[in-house]
Amino acid sequence: MSLGTALPHDSATLHVTGQARYTDDIPLPAGTLHLCFGLSAVAHGVITEMDLSAVRAAPGVVDVITAADLARPADTSPGWHDEPLLADGTVHHVGQPVFLVVADSHRAAQRAARLARVTYDERPAILTLDQALAAGSHFEGGPIVWSRGDAAAAIASAPRVVEGAMEIGGQEHFYLEGQAAAAIPDEAGGMHVIASTQHPSEIQEKVAEALGVPMHSVRVECRRMGGGFGGKESQGNGPAVACAVAAQRTGRPCRIRYDRDDDFVITGKRHDFRIRYRAGVDAAGRILGLQMVHHVRCGWSRDLSTPVADRAMLHTDNAYFLPNVRIESHRLRTNTQSNTAFRGFGGPQGVLAIERVVDHIAHALGRDPLAVRRANLYAEGQTTHYGQPVTQFALPRMIDRLERTADYAGRRAAAAAWNAANPVLKRGLALTPVKFGISFTLTHMNQAGALVHVYRDGSIHLNHGGTEMGQGLFQKVAQVAAAEFGVGLGAVRITATDTAKVPNTAPTAASSGSDLNGMAVQAACAAIRGRMAEHLAALHQADPASVVFAEGRVRVGAADMPFAEAAERCWRGRVGLSAAGHYKTPDISWDRAAGRGRPFFYFAHGAAVAEVVIDTLTGEYRILRADILHDCGASLNPAIDIGQIEGGFVQGAGWLTTEELVWDDRGRLRTHAPATYKIPACSDRPRVFNVTLWDEPNAAATIGRSKAVGEPPLMLANAVLLALSDAVAACGAAYPALDAPATPERVLAALRRAAG
Amino acid sequence: MTDITFTLNGAPVRVAGQPPTRTLLDWLREDRKLTGTKEGCNEGDCGACTVWVRDRAGVRALNACILFLPQVHGTAVRTVEGMAAPDGTLHPVQRAMIDHHASQCGFCTPGFVVAMAAAHARGEADHDTALAGNLCRCTGYAPIVRAAEAAAREPVPAWLDDPLPEAGDPGVAMPETADALAAWFAAHPHGTLVGGGTDAGLWVTKQFRSLAPVAFTGRCADLRRIEVGADRVRIGAAVTLAELEPAMAALHPAFAALIRRFGGPQVRAAATIGGNIANASPIGDSPPPLIALDATLHLRRGDARRSIPLESFFLAYGRQDRAPGEFVEAVSFPRQPDRLRVWKVSKRFDDDISAVCGAFRIALDGGRVAAARIAFGGMAGIPARARAAEAALTGRVWDETAVAAAQAALAKDFRPIDDHRASAAYRMAVAQAMLTRCLMADRGSAPSVLEVSP
Repeated sequence: MSLGTALPHDSATLHVTGQARYTDDIPLPAGTLHLCFGLSAVAHGVITEMDLSAVRAAPGVVDVITAADLARPADTSPGWHDEPLLADGTVHHVGQPVFLVVADSHRAAQRAARLARVTYDERPAILTLDQALAAGSHFEGGPIVWSRGDAAAAIASAPRVVEGAMEIGGQEHFYLEGQAAAAIPDEAGGMHVIASTQHPSEIQEKVAEALGVPMHSVRVECRRMGGGFGGKESQGNGPAVACAVAAQRTGRPCRIRYDRDDDFVITGKRHDFRIRYRAGVDAAGRILGLQMVHHVRCGWSRDLSTPVADRAMLHTDNAYFLPNVRIESHRLRTNTQSNTAFRGFGGPQGVLAIERVVDHIAHALGRDPLAVRRANLYAEGQTTHYGQPVTQFALPRMIDRLERTADYAGRRAAAAAWNAANPVLKRGLALTPVKFGISFTLTHMNQAGALVHVYRDGSIHLNHGGTEMGQGLFQKVAQVAAAEFGVGLGAVRITATDTAKVPNTAPTAASSGSDLNGMAVQAACAAIRGRMAEHLAALHQADPASVVFAEGRVRVGAADMPFAEAAERCWRGRVGLSAAGHYKTPDISWDRAAGRGRPFFYFAHGAAVAEVVIDTLTGEYRILRADILHDCGASLNPAIDIGQIEGGFVQGAGWLTTEELVWDDRGRLRTHAPATYKIPACSDRPRVFNVTLWDEPNAAATIGRSKAVGEPPLMLANAVLLALSDAVAACGAAYPALDAPATPERVLAALRRAAG
Repeated sequence: MTDITFTLNGAPVRVAGQPPTRTLLDWLREDRKLTGTKEGCNEGDCGACTVWVRDRAGVRALNACILFLPQVHGTAVRTVEGMAAPDGTLHPVQRAMIDHHASQCGFCTPGFVVAMAAAHARGEADHDTALAGNLCRCTGYAPIVRAAEAAAREPVPAWLDDPLPEAGDPGVAMPETADALAAWFAAHPHGTLVGGGTDAGLWVTKQFRSLAPVAFTGRCADLRRIEVGADRVRIGAAVTLAELEPAMAALHPAFAALIRRFGGPQVRAAATIGGNIANASPIGDSPPPLIALDATLHLRRGDARRSIPLESFFLAYGRQDRAPGEFVEAVSFPRQPDRLRVWKVSKRFDDDISAVCGAFRIALDGGRVAAARIAFGGMAGIPARARAAEAALTGRVWDETAVAAAQAALAKDFRPIDDHRASAAYRMAVAQAMLTRCLMADRGSAPSVLEVSP
């Protein structure tokens, strides 16, 4: 039985030997051309002159393309048609593609792109949340408000009111493989696109639109990405459409890869938020009423900001029952990169916001934050602020166990003793829970397809709509297929995601990859297996239901044959050994306008204890230890799931500590390369790092009763930020009000605030 | 144009007719179709392009993205494709990476494998240090370190012992003595000297500048010496930071601890002390401790030599006291009792650029400050001494009052800037805090977050 086994990543051997091919590694025919975008130097302005003569004259340049040269408008947005491939007269952020160089080498294209002389009539740029608010620069016409009960009245009558604000910074994806794509012209107007993308179907649609051909003429393939994290859900559209357009113009294959610095300034990031909160609480810290305001920096186009900001609102409760709550969300348009999907998709900001509120309440009441968390946890069956019942709510039990295994109480006492004895270094500790809703909030996205072939020799070709970005999806889904046929994984060939094999797919996002595609593959396999069983049963006068597929063999009545022989017999019996599978998530519905419904099939849970030490002289710190208990349901592959948890935690810790995006007053991103933008390095991981799976089968009927694991662990890192805040709180009476990312500089500023 | 020889994954290669600033990474991927070596950042900060380079001094991991082809002349190069045995037997680190689930997206993995194999060959057990130059965005590093620990128990595979090729005339300027280098530079005063290329590499890969004509200093044996004499320590300009670290560990451990935080090991194995000084960055980390040690810079143009106090080399941002055709031959400092203290504060602990780097040499005489030399990076447009703070300390009883006086004086010494690394106010606060740490350290009570165990 391959389900539940800790098998390595499907490509592990290819990874470690350098044989795994990424988009830019794939050999293309001789004569392939290389592309590079020329980028806007200003944040907002009208292009008054574009002198590209030096670009055209540069060595190796074959073509230079501007918006005016396009046969039809080429758009790269995920739905709003507000992102032209190349600026159409007006530029909206520093780094927006303005023209496209086509050259005979990557370096020649890069060098030439620098030679343009573009003049702009600069317009006032909206760069900050305050500027956007002052200018009324909202998407969706104004704030979106969802509420339950009467928050204002509940706060007015509450014994205590706690209020504050917090800045939550954005985050660059920093997938190690930058955006990359290639396009190879096919006969009769067709285009074969190879792309590093989480959403091949969307690229197919955008390329077809840009080329003026039906979707059937465009085939998009992706075997793997070198990291995605949401940054290749929509941000891969631009490079792919660019390749297709240039390939159509020149008749030659075209490829592009973004230089790291270009990737930083062109593509969107995690949305930065400012939250304001006002909570009315009782003496135990129970939240009686909560008013929450989100200011969301969306950047210059809508991209995925609407569902991102929605998910932040949906996660305003995290693990807590909010009887009276009002959430006001401002989606603000600014002249900066268009912020986009990033692991958690707004959830992390929403969850961090309420964790901050609870932490602040505990500080105000002088209670242990864990006690206040417990006082506010959902009881089984209570409903969320959007009306979904909270069922199989494991967190109270998970927190109890983690508190014990991590020795939370003992270590808090030890930290307090340390802090009393040490004037310079202070320790801090926090336990934070995560409850994360699983499903796309856009209900129609919750579907998947698969295509499975069984060949005469018993080997199996597996394909589905999910994409592999490192999360181990392909291996998990292959385990599903192998389990269905009772064969070893060696019999299953994992193949590249391909819009010509499985059409109309959802992006691999929202943690849904294995939930959706695992079920679709299971359906396809079951269809073939059913046909095989029926045929073999007829041959052996047995009941089809009695046919057993296990251990690489098929048993039919008294007969027992290798799977390969069974496949051969079925073929000779003219049994169709290929099937498509389809799956749609049941039992979900969502009325976005009302902010009511059951948007999520189920919730995934987790909890973490983090301990840190800070230096009160400089604000420097280290993460000493992290203890995590995470709910993957019945894990499909514990090794892969633990990898997602460890990696998600460290990525989340980076977001909340050292990863700082800084724009200057002209809208130029100053942290645009790893020299200046600091994701965690090896020594930044917790010194002691204990990860345990909460092994309780999902009550919802998911594949193997597993739970989605891609995004939820990122939010476990909230414990790091709140542990830092706890350490700071040891140095004064005032609430530290620590913003994110908590760079050493922000920690030092919080220390001074706490000291009053 | 090049005419260089090296071995690549065990087989001899000759690379002729390439521009001297073609990077090894581009050549591997574009000409040899060895696409296992990845481009992650093209500036030496992520390690995805790490290659194994062995010469007479041993094995080093280097970043191929900022390694110019001539720099591997006469060496044995291995890429990730050359880590397994010819019969396919995996290198122990490859096996361990699979067994410990240490790859997810796999894009950083080749770089990790090569960096780990190089550290494995050198018997290094400090994996955090060995892997500080490799970024992984997926795993959170824990399984990678578990793999490194497991592989450490296995022997170094014999198949990696490539014979070093004969290195003839490389076809580009690679002088073998300081005299020859001086003659070349005097003849090409507007040319570029490349030491490790960890800065000059970016002029090519990011700024698309032509460095021509270019000369490489790495083969000047007489510039690669560290001479620890009875009175002075003299460090040749082409000494790498990796070579300098153990020498400083014996003399001034705080300097060695700072060197450990220069870039990642791939950068330290290439970058030279001469380059770190001569590129005159305001946030170069070697000048502050060297200035605090009262270092002298030895410059040479043709046969003319002069020696100046290191701090006087830095005139203003982007301007140094160096004539065309003149180069740094060495830096030296007097032998002295170790009173050096150095602290670097940055957003990330490893492989980051200093917000502030402070170096302090406060000599005491009976409880009073006999002499103080204090230098900072990150506080001004150049590495600079804190002369007002030094004066405020000199002659005083070494106590909190003295520290307070020096802290106040720092505000006269410096007007730091706000930028993406830190605000001016934070820089000043940190510089002042370092003075407090100095006093605490002398009292035996300067704790570090690094020393706290979980």
